[in-house]
Amino acid sequence: MRSASEHDKVEGFPVHFALNLVLVSSESRSKVLLAMARSTSKDAQALLHSFRSAYAATPTNLKIIDLYVGFAVFTALIQIAYIAIVGSFPFNAFLSGLLSCIGTAVLAVCLRIQVNRENKEFKDLPPERAFADFVLCNLVLHLVIMNFLG
Amino acid sequence: MQRVPSYISRSVAGSYDNEAVAIFALIFTFYLYIKTLNTGSLFYATLNAIAYFYMVCSWGGYTFIINLIPMHVLLCIVTGRYSSRLYIAYAPLVVLGTLLASLVPVVGFNAVMTSEHFASFLVFIIIHVVALVYYIKGILSPKMFKVAVTFVVSIGVVVCGAVLAVLIALVASSPTKGWSGRSLSLLDPTYASKYIPIIASVSEHQPPTWPSYFMDINVLAFLVPAGIIACFSPLSDASSFVILYIVTSVYFSGVMVRLMLVLAPAACIMSGIALSAAFDVFTRSIKFQLPGATENSERDAGETSSNSVVAQNDVAKTEKNEDAVKERPSKKNRKKEKEKENVEKPSVKSQIKKKLLILPLEASIIAIFLLVLLGAFYVVHCVWAAAEAYSAPSIVLTSHSHDGLHVFDDFREAYAWLSHNTEVDDKVASWWDYGYQTTAMANRTVIVDNNTWNNTHIATVGTAMSSPEKAAWEIFNSLDVKYVLVVFGGLVGYPSDDINKFLWMVRIGGGVFPHIKEPDYLRDGQYRIDSQATPTMLNCLMYKLSYYRFVETDGKAFDRVRRTEIGKKYFKLTHFEEVFTTHHWMVRIYKLKPPKNRIRGRAKKSKSKASSTTGTKRIGTKKKNPWH
Repeated sequence: MRSASEHDKVEGFPVHFALNLVLVSSESRSKVLLAMARSTSKDAQALLHSFRSAYAATPTNLKIIDLYVGFAVFTALIQIAYIAIVGSFPFNAFLSGLLSCIGTAVLAVCLRIQVNRENKEFKDLPPERAFADFVLCNLVLHLVIMNFLG
Repeated sequence: MQRVPSYISRSVAGSYDNEAVAIFALIFTFYLYIKTLNTGSLFYATLNAIAYFYMVCSWGGYTFIINLIPMHVLLCIVTGRYSSRLYIAYAPLVVLGTLLASLVPVVGFNAVMTSEHFASFLVFIIIHVVALVYYIKGILSPKMFKVAVTFVVSIGVVVCGAVLAVLIALVASSPTKGWSGRSLSLLDPTYASKYIPIIASVSEHQPPTWPSYFMDINVLAFLVPAGIIACFSPLSDASSFVILYIVTSVYFSGVMVRLMLVLAPAACIMSGIALSAAFDVFTRSIKFQLPGATENSERDAGETSSNSVVAQNDVAKTEKNEDAVKERPSKKNRKKEKEKENVEKPSVKSQIKKKLLILPLEASIIAIFLLVLLGAFYVVHCVWAAAEAYSAPSIVLTSHSHDGLHVFDDFREAYAWLSHNTEVDDKVASWWDYGYQTTAMANRTVIVDNNTWNNTHIATVGTAMSSPEKAAWEIFNSLDVKYVLVVFGGLVGYPSDDINKFLWMVRIGGGVFPHIKEPDYLRDGQYRIDSQATPTMLNCLMYKLSYYRFVETDGKAFDRVRRTEIGKKYFKLTHFEEVFTTHHWMVRIYKLKPPKNRIRGRAKKSKSKASSTTGTKRIGTKKKNPWH
């Protein structure tokens, strides 16, 4: 404001006008930013809303599988937090634990892909067969993990 | 594929090195991967992981698989061929494969710590991202999807940047950027010669010469490009994988001749594809042009016009024209022919994708005959290569001269002598090339053998061979060695003897023991054993053990391999004594002389002190090394 008054003294009206413009433009800029933020939040909300509505349409068995995947990933995250805090001394135990979580998550995703009725490629695959494969793969995975757990 | 000489080269007379098993495991793993990719069944994915485990157990080359498959997945994603089958094929393999690989003790934690495996993890993350993107795209409407994309990209870029920075800092902190020596020597062919002489010294690790390609894969060498082109015509996931496999294996076989082994199955597959495509075309041409079945061929042509048969040769066209001319007199046929033409034209236009090629009859018959002949030549060559080049037991050497066949049985002579004339516990020191042979045939313990897993041990033996007699005696005595075996080809002209391998002894020894300096042995940058040789060379153990009493053979001591007379002709051995030399002087065995009971210096002192007795043993003296 001091500079403004000095400028006022020196140049008078145009500077005042320019300053007003600057103020106005900064205001408008902030307005624009605010508008953008609002629009992004609105977009985000709309996005979440549409995502939620689309997801609600999935059949129940797929939702169960998704829950299982979420649980496996959550367990993996807990293990990572543990190793960050306490350290990774029996490294083979850590590795086997982590990879078992990730492994079951991956296999569950594969099961979901195969069971999903909207998936054209697996139309001919009976879901029982997909589940049997899933169980077999899990058996092998857990056998290896038990061996590696030490 | 069992005929290709490169695969046969890994097994001799029924015994085999681990690669013979490993290549089967490699091909089996690849086969199961392609099968999983094609069917999308989790069962095959499990089998794939188990086959991969088999591969890890058998050969260190499994890193080839764990890098090739991610590369292929990345290629599929980039070219827009992502499908859920790809996810099923790849993701379980990574998790199960890493776990199974860590089970093998040799690999252990390297499965997650070394850079060789990082590619698989990176692509694992990438494929999850891509899968998620496709999933969300499927659920949301296009507008919402765009919003989601902008949202995620802005956040994701920041997160990825942070993670990448951490990772790069971690990797760059290690001197070799996390790669092991063997992998580095593959990626940078000059690495081994600079840093790891023992890897560079193995003859199988040298780059191959051009003729060795023809020798090893023969006819396949020019069928492979044909196969690559054939793979492109229906480009599927599987064919893109085979193309990637062959390109990478060609590169790696160019670095190390031993890896021609990995190229061989790829070449076989490619040639098989090329040959089957060629045979397809030829047999089809013959089937359609069998003489005396013109009506049949018309009908066939009419029926298969739905497959859009397109004649590409003028000869075929004139044949058809002849048919047309023949049929012109009869109206019914003309109608049929017109219909046929009309049917053909739109079907040609509509199904340009499936163009089947028909060649004239004579050309296809000759071509089939030639291809069969080619196959016959290939079989003959493979059998010859297997018999001559790869089955020659290098333990009995033969040479043809004007007076018949000479047999050099020196190796077995020496091993038999060792097994009959030495104690069971005696240890034999030689260069590592003869380790397995000595252990098997002479039944004696050796210091270093072909396994070459202990570099320091080999360097110790190399240092001993390059040192003067006294130092060498001390080294061998500390290793509890009784006999030293050297291979010498100077009398008969056998080129792979120990003097020719001497440069590796110096290099490997010098790599661990810095007092062995290679320039000490070189005159003008060359290893010489004639009068121009350096004094270090003329005094080293290898020289002395090879040329001891050599001058007695022809009076002039002319070395037939190096083609020169040797430098030092008359000398005595002070710390070793010669116990056996074979008939053609090819193997020479020396025994370490036991340390003297009398110490000359002390004996002189005792003489001056006690004037009567000579040669008294001083029992209570301090134990000193008698050779000092």
